[in-house]
Amino acid sequence: MSLLEVTDLRVSFPTSDGLVQAVRGVSFRVERGQTLGIVGESGSGKTVSTQALLGLTPGADISGSAMFDGMNLLALGEDQLRHIRGARIAAIFQDPLTSLHPLYKVGWQIAEMIRAHNHSATKAQAHKRAVDLLSQVGIPEAARRVNDYPHQFSGGMRQRAMIAMALSLNPQLIVCDEPTTALDATVQAQILDLLQRLQREFDTALIMITHDLGVIADIADSVMVMYAGRAAEYADRRTLFYQPHHPYTIGLLESIPGSTAAAERLRPIPGQPPSLINVPSGCAFHPRCKYVMDQCISDTPPLVALESEAGGHRSACWLPRAALGLGADAEELRDGAVAAGRTGRARAVAEASAATIEARGSVA
Amino acid sequence: MTDTTAPAADVLLRIDSLVKYYPIRVGVLIKREVASVKAVDGVDLELRRGETLGLVGETGSGKSTLARCIAGLHPVTSGRITFDGSDITNLTRRRMQPFRRDIQMIFQDPYGSLNPRRRVGSIIGDPFTVHKVAVGDERKRLVQELMERVGLNPEHYNRFPAEFSGGQRQRIGVARALALRPKLIICDEPVSALDVSIQAQMLNLLEDLQHDFGLTYLFIAHDLSVVRHVSDRVAVMYLGKIAEIGDRDDVYATGRHPYTQALLSAAPAADPDQAASRQRIILVGDVPSPIDPPSGCRFHPRCPKAQDLCTRLEPPLEVKSGDPGTHRTACHFPVEAGENLARAADALRDRAESSLG
Repeated sequence: MSLLEVTDLRVSFPTSDGLVQAVRGVSFRVERGQTLGIVGESGSGKTVSTQALLGLTPGADISGSAMFDGMNLLALGEDQLRHIRGARIAAIFQDPLTSLHPLYKVGWQIAEMIRAHNHSATKAQAHKRAVDLLSQVGIPEAARRVNDYPHQFSGGMRQRAMIAMALSLNPQLIVCDEPTTALDATVQAQILDLLQRLQREFDTALIMITHDLGVIADIADSVMVMYAGRAAEYADRRTLFYQPHHPYTIGLLESIPGSTAAAERLRPIPGQPPSLINVPSGCAFHPRCKYVMDQCISDTPPLVALESEAGGHRSACWLPRAALGLGADAEELRDGAVAAGRTGRARAVAEASAATIEARGSVA
Repeated sequence: MTDTTAPAADVLLRIDSLVKYYPIRVGVLIKREVASVKAVDGVDLELRRGETLGLVGETGSGKSTLARCIAGLHPVTSGRITFDGSDITNLTRRRMQPFRRDIQMIFQDPYGSLNPRRRVGSIIGDPFTVHKVAVGDERKRLVQELMERVGLNPEHYNRFPAEFSGGQRQRIGVARALALRPKLIICDEPVSALDVSIQAQMLNLLEDLQHDFGLTYLFIAHDLSVVRHVSDRVAVMYLGKIAEIGDRDDVYATGRHPYTQALLSAAPAADPDQAASRQRIILVGDVPSPIDPPSGCRFHPRCPKAQDLCTRLEPPLEVKSGDPGTHRTACHFPVEAGENLARAADALRDRAESSLG
C-alpha cells in the first residue's frame, strides 16, 4: 500500500472575481522512501495540491480523498491534523527566512517543535536533540550555532535548519516546496545532496515541488507534470525525459537551454498559462498547443495509460497513445492525428497561435 | 591586462582595475567608517562590439554591483571605465547624460522595475522625453513601434503594468531599454523571475534584437545553462574578482578554475542520465563575507586543490599553459584535463565535518 494516495483532489477558492479553480481533479501516490516530483509553472496548482492536504489552505473548498497510512487527511479535524502535521508529514518551504521566527533562537525553535509533539521530553533533552539534528544536516559548530538567531545564518544554513526541524520528529513524508529555488547553485547542490542522504538513512518519502526540471532529473523517482490545476503527464523520471507524450511536457523540455530536447534556437511554448477563473474548455492547454485538434477544444482528455514499456506512464492528451518521445516516428504519428482531427475551430486556434509566433517573435 | 586579440576599435567597453567598496559606518552624529563591503575588488574586462559576454557568479560575487557601476548608477571607488573610447568613470550627471542613451539596463524584477501608477505608453516613452527625442503623436508612434517590435500589442498603450503578466512586463522593460537605440544593454538576470516557457520566449526575443540592432550585451545570470545559450564569452566571478574568463566553449568544456568546475557540476541538468553519471563537486561551506575576504586566493577555504601558496599569494588572471590566448584563469593550480575534483572535494568536506564533530 502506498504511503499517501490522493484521489480526485479538487481545491477552489471563492474570490470577488469568481471561483479560482486551483486544483481540478488530481490523483497521485507517494511510496515509502521514494520521491515524487511535482513540476509545473506558476499557477499550475502544484503548491496548493499539497498544502490542501496539510490543512494550510484556509477558505478553500476541498473535495476528494487523501489516504495517509489508513487515514483520510481531508476528513480529519484540525486537532487530529495537528498531530500529523510536523510529526508525520513535515514541510520545507522556499523561503527559509520567513519560515523561521526572527526573534527566537534557531535551536529553541527546533526544541519547541520536539516538545510540542512529545510532551515527555525535557527541555534539556530537546535542546540536545536540536544540536544533534543541526550537526546532522551539516551546520558547523552546531553546539554553538544552536543559540544563534535566524539572521545570523546564511540562506543555505537556514534551509539546513528547516530540514533539521522537518527531521526532528522522524516524519514518514516531507513535502519540499521549491526548497532550493532561493539558493545559489553550489548551495542548491549541497541541499539536494543532503536531502538524498537523509532520505536513504531514514527511509523518508519526499514530495519535491519545483519548476526546475533540472532538480527533477536529479532526485525524483516519479514525476507528475501539472498544468492549470490538472496532471498533464505522470511517469517515472527517465520516461518523462526521454519518452514524453504530452505536448506541454515536450514544450517544457524544448524550452530549457542546453537540455537534450532543446535546439540551437529555442522553441518556446507560445502564449501564457490560462486564468484559473476562466479555464479554457476541453484540454486547458489547447490554446497554446501546436497539435490542437477539434476534440481538444470540446472534450477534456482523461489521464490514461500509454503504450510505453515503463509501467505507470499516463498522459492526459488526445494524441495517439503510441506517439512517445521526440523521435521522427512519434512526430509522424502526431502530425497524422492532427491532419485527421483538425477542422474548423481547431484550425483557427492553431493559426492564431502560429501567427503570433511568426509575426512578433512569439508573443506572451 | 589587455587581450592582445582584440583591436582597440572593436572594444566597446573597457574596465580597468575597477574597485567598488561600500563603507560600513557606525555612530550617530559623528559617523566613523569601521569596515567596507568589498563588492568589486579589482576587475579588468573588455566587451567587444556585437558580442554577448555572460557574467556568472553566486550571491555576493559582485556581478550586479559591477553592472551598476558600468551603467553609472553607483560611483566607483577606483579604477576606470572606458566606453566607446571615452572615459566615463564617475562623470557628473550632466556629462554622463549622452552616455546614458548608449548604455541601458534590463532588470530582474519585472514587477519592481515599473511604476505601477503610470501607463505603459508613458513608461516606454520616458526616454524620448528625457532625451528630447520626440513629443506628442511622434512619441506615441515610436512607442507603439517599439511595443510591436518586442511582441506587445500596441493597442495596450494605455494600460497599467498590473494588467500585464510577468513575461509581458519584462517585454515592457526591454522596450524601454531599446527606445534610444543603445549600443550596450546590461541584462541583470532578465529571465530568472520568469517561468521556463516564458523564459525561452524572452531569450529568443533578446537574440533577435541583438541581431537586428547590432546590440552588445552584458548578460548577468546565475543560471549556467541560460548563460551558455546566449553568450559568446563567459566570465566567472567570485567574491568581487574574476576567477576565469574565456570563450564560452572553452570555459564550459575545459574550465580551469576549480570554482568554475564546481559551479558547472552543481548546475542541475535537465537530463536524468547526465545527472546520474555526473560527479558532483560539492563544496564545503558558504561564500565568505565580502567584508573580510580570505587572504591569497579568495576561493582557498573551499577549494579542493588549495595548497599553502594559495593562502598567501593572490593568483593573477592569466593565460594558463595549453589554453588559447583568450582564456584566462586566476588560479595557482589550474584543473588539468581529466582531473577528478569530486573525490578531493568529498575528502575536504569529510575533514571539515570531522574537525567540527
